[in-house]
Amino acid sequence: MSEAAGIGIAPRVWEPGPQARGDRTARPPAFLIGAALFAAALVLLPILFTIVQAASVSMGDAVELLVRPLVGRLLVNTIGLVAAASITCAVIGTAAAWLVERTDLPGRKVWAVLAAAPLAIPPFISSYAWVSLSNGLQDFGGALLVVTSAYYPLVYLPVAAALRGLDPALEETARSLGQGPWRCFVRVVMPQLRLALLGGMLLVALDTLIEFGAFALLRFHTFTTELYAQYRTGLDGPESSLLAVVLIVLCLVCLFAELKVRGHARYARVGSGARRVARLSRLGRARWPTFLAFVALIGATLGVPLGMVGYWLLQHAQAATAPSAPSLPLLFNATIASIGYGLAGATAALMLAAPLGYLTTRYPSRWVVLLERIAYLAQGVPGIVVALAFISLTVQTMRPLYQSAALLVIAYAILFLPFALVSVRAALAQVPRGLEEAARSLGLGPIEVAGRVLAPLTGPGIGAGATLVFVFVATELTATLLLAPIGTRTLATEVWANTSSLAFAAAAPYAALMLLISLLSTWLLAHRFGAAAFPGQG
Amino acid sequence: MADLRIAGLTKSFGAAPILRGVDLVAPSGALLAVLGASGSGKTTLLRLLSGFERAESGAIEIDGQLVAGPRVHIAPEKRRVGYVAQEGSLFPHLSVAANVVFGLAHAQRRDRFKAESLLESVGLPASYASRAPHELSGGEQQRVALARALAPAPRLVLLDEPFSALDASLRIETRQAVASALAAAGTTALLVTHDQSEALSMGQQVAVLRDGVLAQIAAPQILYRQPVDADLAQFVGEAVLLPGVATGGVATSALGRLPLALATPDGAVEVMVRPEQIRLESQINIGAAQAQVLAVTYFGQDASVLVSLEGGATRVTARVAGHNAPQPGAEVWLSVEGVAMAYPRIRPRVETGEPTALAKAKSRSGPDGEFTQHVKEEQI
Repeated sequence: MSEAAGIGIAPRVWEPGPQARGDRTARPPAFLIGAALFAAALVLLPILFTIVQAASVSMGDAVELLVRPLVGRLLVNTIGLVAAASITCAVIGTAAAWLVERTDLPGRKVWAVLAAAPLAIPPFISSYAWVSLSNGLQDFGGALLVVTSAYYPLVYLPVAAALRGLDPALEETARSLGQGPWRCFVRVVMPQLRLALLGGMLLVALDTLIEFGAFALLRFHTFTTELYAQYRTGLDGPESSLLAVVLIVLCLVCLFAELKVRGHARYARVGSGARRVARLSRLGRARWPTFLAFVALIGATLGVPLGMVGYWLLQHAQAATAPSAPSLPLLFNATIASIGYGLAGATAALMLAAPLGYLTTRYPSRWVVLLERIAYLAQGVPGIVVALAFISLTVQTMRPLYQSAALLVIAYAILFLPFALVSVRAALAQVPRGLEEAARSLGLGPIEVAGRVLAPLTGPGIGAGATLVFVFVATELTATLLLAPIGTRTLATEVWANTSSLAFAAAAPYAALMLLISLLSTWLLAHRFGAAAFPGQG
Repeated sequence: MADLRIAGLTKSFGAAPILRGVDLVAPSGALLAVLGASGSGKTTLLRLLSGFERAESGAIEIDGQLVAGPRVHIAPEKRRVGYVAQEGSLFPHLSVAANVVFGLAHAQRRDRFKAESLLESVGLPASYASRAPHELSGGEQQRVALARALAPAPRLVLLDEPFSALDASLRIETRQAVASALAAAGTTALLVTHDQSEALSMGQQVAVLRDGVLAQIAAPQILYRQPVDADLAQFVGEAVLLPGVATGGVATSALGRLPLALATPDGAVEVMVRPEQIRLESQINIGAAQAQVLAVTYFGQDASVLVSLEGGATRVTARVAGHNAPQPGAEVWLSVEGVAMAYPRIRPRVETGEPTALAKAKSRSGPDGEFTQHVKEEQI
């Protein structure tokens, strides 16, 4: 999978023998089970609470509440956008991947980096950039533009990886059987990309369902923005929960489909072995037009957000409309708050993930797999649902936690647990059990083994996961907006507050700082941790 | 240096029994080879000895200390049992030197000369100390793993197929280095292998593990010349098995009258000789059996010759030196050097019938056999 993962080791395939896989009769330590159960329970808590709230509505009322024009409009908006975004991302992502990986497009290496870079820009920052560029974008088209430019890398990355993994011998065989280049692509290449493409599209769909900030700024109504509006107007209650349940169901459908596709994709990649590098297709006369198209794509996805933030940074005079003019102390405090929550959130997510990851790699059993799956559910639960559930829950039963920093950190830990878990799992899976046993036979106790063997070997992978969660938390908007203690302002909430009142220039310094944190961390991920940062993309 | 005693050791995974009452005694300082087909439970035996897994019943005693038994399970790190895994399991984040001194106390780990002298004890140059494990060949990695296991002066060293991942040329060299390092350290050692020539050449004693029980434990020569049953004879080397009759220490069969190695009750027996005991003569000899050469498989230094006796009723394989290989169709006379083994026959044996379970296991073992076994396990 990864190449040496920053520790300078040739990767070795670990073939566990029937016994080496571990004593199936052995029981994991009780505190590990306890910690893993706690993590799974935390993930389930907001989901179950929302369902219980919704269940308090009688059947007749529920039908009446759900079958009305508002819900219909939300469904059309949301599902229409999800479907359209999945398709535009699929087309752009696949085309970009093929051009970068398989053609003589000028500057392929640079495009490969730039095509993945939009992932480092929070969608609501792109949204802010486009809205501040033109008011005409506050409709379906604008939403589709923002979502596509933010999420097409979710298709680009897996499809590019799949293209790299394809055996060129198959294409050569097809060509020798009389298939032209285009028919060869349709009949041989496409079927092999199908799983990567489908998985990427489902991720686009899931992220579009969950997204809140970008649509709120565009004044485009989806389930998430409606839930927020109901909360702001004090209308939240069982009716909101009912809407939230509909949203959760839509998300979980995407999540399960994605997990299923990913399972197949992994299967299909087994045993690929060493391959030759594919020969590049010549674009011929289309070479420079294609190049220009790529320039336009990167201009729209990276150039507009970065350019507009830069533009508004220079517009000091118009700052008067801002609720509070940005000053150095305000900027400093917001940056510290974002970084502080980022660190706390990453730490909390890793603490939840570590016992689960250790259990799944060292004591795999049906129950452990179930706990792990529950943890992955968090990926399909929108931040707004978690936040609203936590608000109701703490107001009703745990008043001291309401609007506390601790509650916000817990919400972050739940929302980003899947990312932390993937990293911890991948890092631990790279440490053969034999190494731990070798250390034990040399006289080291379990704690010494953790310190002298596991920590140094899993450090890069877990560090990558921590950085990833840090970026997500430091740029998180939805849960922060709803759960942050009164008076706490992060970079994301400041961008939100200023943009909502059309004070684009006042929002710019905060947006610029967010982009700086995000891009720096992403750069750190790619350079310090290398391939360990992308366990799924092997 | 310590002696090892194992009594009635059992272990199963789920419903499948792996070890079914293993008894074993290894004297202090001995190198004991445990030979078994894949799936015979030999790796499980090592994992019970090292403490990675718990036995269901039975006891393990090292140097008089009970380390596993009823309600006793000493943790692996407190047993002072070194373990050299099949793949070496060197710590990839540490240099060769840091690997070798890994199990020593902190003060000793800082002594640079300690690591170098340990490396030299396994026949590696001191200059390897600063290298990373992946810069070493497979055989060198195994030697480092042995040096690391020997460093804390364990009472017992376990070697789990340490040479199976190496190619043929490295294997012999690494075997010699390991054998001499073990002899120099004087540590009691248990070597597990599925390779019978490795077991016979390295072990001072060889124990054959079959279906979870110890079939025989003996010095290599005794094991090869006097296996306890026909099945074992076929597992340890090649065997020629013929129906015959034992009377007063002599077996009569298609190969004539052969003196027996061990006293055998009179009656119907299965006679066992090794193919290399059979000599082919081109001229008639007293007591020799007339035969015809059916096929010759030439290996270079020797050749395997299939002959038919008694007008085609019996077929026998002989092994002759390469330069003595006859032509197919030639008329030869067979005589047998040395003594034969005989096993009382319970039921009549069909020569061309199904191979026995152990013989099947043998043909399946080797690196490929091991691999398919693992793949099957993975699919379950």
